[in-house]
Amino acid sequence: MKLLKYLLVGMFFGIILVKSEAVSWYRIYEMFKFQSFHMYGIIGSAVLLGALSVALIKRSGLKSIEGKTINIIPKEKGFVRYLLGGSIFGLGWALAGACPGPMYILVGTGVFSMLIVIVAALLGTFVYGLIKNKIPH
Amino acid sequence: MEYILQPWPWYVSGPLITLIMLLLFYFGKSFGMSSNLRTLCSMGGAGKYSDFFRFDWKSQRWNLVVVIGAIAGGFIAVHFLSDGSAIALSPNTIDDLSAMGFKNAGESLLPPEIFNWDSIVTFKGLAILIIAGFLVGFGTRYAGGCTSGHAISGLSNLQKPSLVAVIGFFIGGLIMTHFILPLIFTV
Repeated sequence: MKLLKYLLVGMFFGIILVKSEAVSWYRIYEMFKFQSFHMYGIIGSAVLLGALSVALIKRSGLKSIEGKTINIIPKEKGFVRYLLGGSIFGLGWALAGACPGPMYILVGTGVFSMLIVIVAALLGTFVYGLIKNKIPH
Repeated sequence: MEYILQPWPWYVSGPLITLIMLLLFYFGKSFGMSSNLRTLCSMGGAGKYSDFFRFDWKSQRWNLVVVIGAIAGGFIAVHFLSDGSAIALSPNTIDDLSAMGFKNAGESLLPPEIFNWDSIVTFKGLAILIIAGFLVGFGTRYAGGCTSGHAISGLSNLQKPSLVAVIGFFIGGLIMTHFILPLIFTV
């Protein structure tokens, strides 16, 4: 029963990303071509409202459902991994037209060829785990 | 109902994505979709090969449930909450795609030129999907997050690493869109 709320949040997430067209390869192409405000509006408004909310959460000391103070884990320090890893992901994002969330959602919309992309993404993650200690972070 | 069935404008969708992140924070969790790839590797026994996959994956079950929900959400959105209207792409985008051989851009969610089985059964078509997926899987773990973890949650929490990662997303995305895609799809 505890997991039900995550199922509902996931469903809500899937519906939003389809209805916003953020799962569309075409919208990602258009974004990287700077030909429409649509994706910038989605991400920009989400971040703006998100930053306001996070600041309020920190100030108010709001407690989570489990009664603990909400603690948003900061990212590890670093530069190379973020720039290089980010660029590698960016290449894949623009080619597949989907980041990890939309990859799953698109399977639900009936695009079963996306399963190939997901399996390849699992392979990419696996290879990262294998060579993690040999690449700069 | 009419407004629900039509595509949702950015100023509705963006704040709703914030709401997803806040709900997960309220549940004591975080918003990160690419972490599931690592969890799935661990479940599949990847811990035998690298300690990166030796962690308590059961603690991440909740996130896999989010994924199952997201798949269901995709199904519901397409079958019950859509009026089938085309994506209102910029005319410039449609022209640019047409020059690369993409017909009827925006009439479906994804281009059949990449995702239809007819395209995938060719060497080139299959290679595109495999390389794209590999780059997403490798890059997100290297960078420690994707659009949800860095662009939405990280930037909302004013994290400098996330800003660097998002700059990286754009470096890679711009190179692919402006230089590599035109090489792959030449008419």
